Amino acid sequence: MRYAIPLVVLLALLGLFIFGLQRDPRLVPSPLIGKAAPVFDLPTLDGQPPHMTQADLRGAPVLVNFFASWCAGCQEEHPYLMQLAQDHQVKLLGIDYKDAESDLRGWLGQHGNPYGQILSDLEGSLHVNRDQAGKPLRLLIDRLVR
Amino acid sequence: MIPELGHFAVILALGVALLQAGLPLLGWRRRDARLLAFAGSAAQAQFLCVAAAYACLTYAFVTKDFSVAYVADNDHSQLPLIYRITAVWGAHEGSLLLWVLILSGWTLAVSIFNRRLPLDLSALVLSVLGMISSGFYLFILLTSNPFIRQVPAPAEGRDLNPILQDPGLAIHPPMLYMGYVGFSVAFSFAIAALITGRLDAAWARWTRPWTTAAWMFLTLGITLGSWWAYKELGWGGWWFWDPVENASFMPWLAGTALIHSLAVTEKRGLLKSWTVLLAILAFSLSLLGTFLVRSGVLVSVHAFASDPSRGRFILGFMAVVVGGALTLYAWRAPRLSGGGELQLFSREGLLLFNNVFLVAACAAVLLGTLYPLALDALGLGKISVGPPYFNAVFLPMIAPLFLLVGLAAVVPWKRGHWRETVRRLKRPALAALVLAVVLPFALHGRTTLLAASGALFGGWAIVAAAQDVLRRIRAKPHWRGGVAAVPRAVWGMTLAHIGLGLWALGVSGVISFGDEKDVRLARGAETELGGYSFRFEQAGETAGPNYTAQQGTVTVERDNKLVATLYPQKRLYPSQGTVLTQSSIDAGLLRDLYVSLGQGYDDGSWSLRVYYKPVIRLIWLGGVFMFFGGLLAASDRRYRLARAAERRAVEAVEAAAA
Repeated sequence: MRYAIPLVVLLALLGLFIFGLQRDPRLVPSPLIGKAAPVFDLPTLDGQPPHMTQADLRGAPVLVNFFASWCAGCQEEHPYLMQLAQDHQVKLLGIDYKDAESDLRGWLGQHGNPYGQILSDLEGSLHVNRDQAGKPLRLLIDRLVR
Repeated sequence: MIPELGHFAVILALGVALLQAGLPLLGWRRRDARLLAFAGSAAQAQFLCVAAAYACLTYAFVTKDFSVAYVADNDHSQLPLIYRITAVWGAHEGSLLLWVLILSGWTLAVSIFNRRLPLDLSALVLSVLGMISSGFYLFILLTSNPFIRQVPAPAEGRDLNPILQDPGLAIHPPMLYMGYVGFSVAFSFAIAALITGRLDAAWARWTRPWTTAAWMFLTLGITLGSWWAYKELGWGGWWFWDPVENASFMPWLAGTALIHSLAVTEKRGLLKSWTVLLAILAFSLSLLGTFLVRSGVLVSVHAFASDPSRGRFILGFMAVVVGGALTLYAWRAPRLSGGGELQLFSREGLLLFNNVFLVAACAAVLLGTLYPLALDALGLGKISVGPPYFNAVFLPMIAPLFLLVGLAAVVPWKRGHWRETVRRLKRPALAALVLAVVLPFALHGRTTLLAASGALFGGWAIVAAAQDVLRRIRAKPHWRGGVAAVPRAVWGMTLAHIGLGLWALGVSGVISFGDEKDVRLARGAETELGGYSFRFEQAGETAGPNYTAQQGTVTVERDNKLVATLYPQKRLYPSQGTVLTQSSIDAGLLRDLYVSLGQGYDDGSWSLRVYYKPVIRLIWLGGVFMFFGGLLAASDRRYRLARAAERRAVEAVEAAAA
């Protein structure tokens, strides 16, 4: 009987691999899922209202997108955001990250503005997670905003 | 036209391999010597077919035939000739063709050297090899054909991945495949033993040189891969515990265990079914490695472009080959267990311990490699397993092996004697203790626990291994006669064990005393590291055959004396738009000085990564020692003599039967 043990181990491994083949190991779920929305209090770009906090988002789902005029990835994903805005499926909130206001206005003039509201985080004070620097980051915040 | 010939040659090779797999089996059932003898001819014909196919693909690369999709993806008109030849195995499809070329090369070698074996055993071994080859030809033809044309042909190729344009990589895959594939011979011998039910000392003696040969190539392949990653990737490390590295390391551990258990089976007729299982395991782990690298089930730094159909095929193939082998094992192995008693304190007992630790270490590596996948399968989340796990689990598990290396050299077969053992190991133990205390201070002026234990274990392995040979030489009146009297197998074992000791010295030294620094230096500025001062002199432009580069000049001084001038580069390969850092290394036995170029700034300063890597060369030197140890052991004359004697016996029996 003990001579069949290797065969049993092999069968278990094969089962594991059959499962593995149907998965993409590169898909990693965000660690932020199910977490509370980040706390912030930031000035708006157009000054109406002058400030917004996370509490102002309550009531409807909001797609929060960190972006900047210097970020190449943001430019790449921008057409998709423009399309989302045209379809009116979700409210879009932009957070302009470590940027200069004049650069941002020029960038929006050139590429279009999909955002219902833009907040300026010029110093990069808002940290959602450590890996965010330099990368576009999107958060979908549901209507309950804990 | 030429690529089509290559394609056709692969189809032909598949046909021959199927015949090579099937007819000898039939011959074995019918006791038909002609069908049995067919296996050897088929093996030789098969090799011709694959060699032709391989030559065709190489021709397409050398002549830059971009109408072949695989060539267009991996070749470029500016690529130097040597890399056009090595680019053949630069990606998935061509590397598989190299794989089958090597597999049929091993098969050819078996068909030539096995002439001295009993005909039925030799034919069964070749038949199993034919089955394995058939699977790989099908894999190539169904999912990974390198000869497919693309119309219209692009005007320019997409170039070989620049990271692969390096001499280290040019020889790393062939050596690695020689090892992986070589274990298929031991596997086939094991299957033949299970089928015939004959497993005796002669079987072990036939299997040993093949296993040792495969093992030594695998050792060299892994060593080269480690060295290449160190010098080419600019990160200064030599092992990352990446799934693909583990995939090559697991067969190595199983193969090392197999080499040692084969010795017991040959000398004492013990551990038979265990040896057979290890032979199956070593090759199965090679197949597993192929699966992990090419299917994309794990995230790895160097997985091939993944394609689910390939993954499914190899998985199915693995299920058939390994599943078939283990089923046969479950059915037939109970008959192999021969009698004979095993004393734990004897050479065979110590070798058994060696096997336990090696297989446990192998299992630990397997567990760590597959753990993320298993957790995901059980719905327990996504994690990754990295160096902290492997270092914490693996190093303690192999530490006892060093103790065994010293003991095994002096403990005789059958029964050891404590008093005699202690008497003969007193001096090596003392020497190792002295080394453990003195060596770190002598080289670095300070010590750490790891450095001291590394010196203790490494020094012990080296001194204890060497003293066995010294004792044999001293037993002769003249040292020259003594050197000649030591069999090659003993030289081989000693060299390999010394290699293991060197490896331990290297690993513990570089981890304990290695240092690194990220600095931004203006022209003429200096930084200190490991007692050396690195001065950034200037940066300029330079160009190679297919790249342009920015090159920094760094002079290294110690005590105001110039030690080295280093030229790290940052290369731009325009064909793929890839930027690569080419580090510059001043190599020495006791220390490497390593500089890689980061980013340039407007004010003329550059960011540099500077490493001081003491004794890192010993890690690869250990691998080289093991390679030559294997070479000596596999070429021991007793295999040749024994074969000749056995051949005469076999001929006598066959003549009597006729």
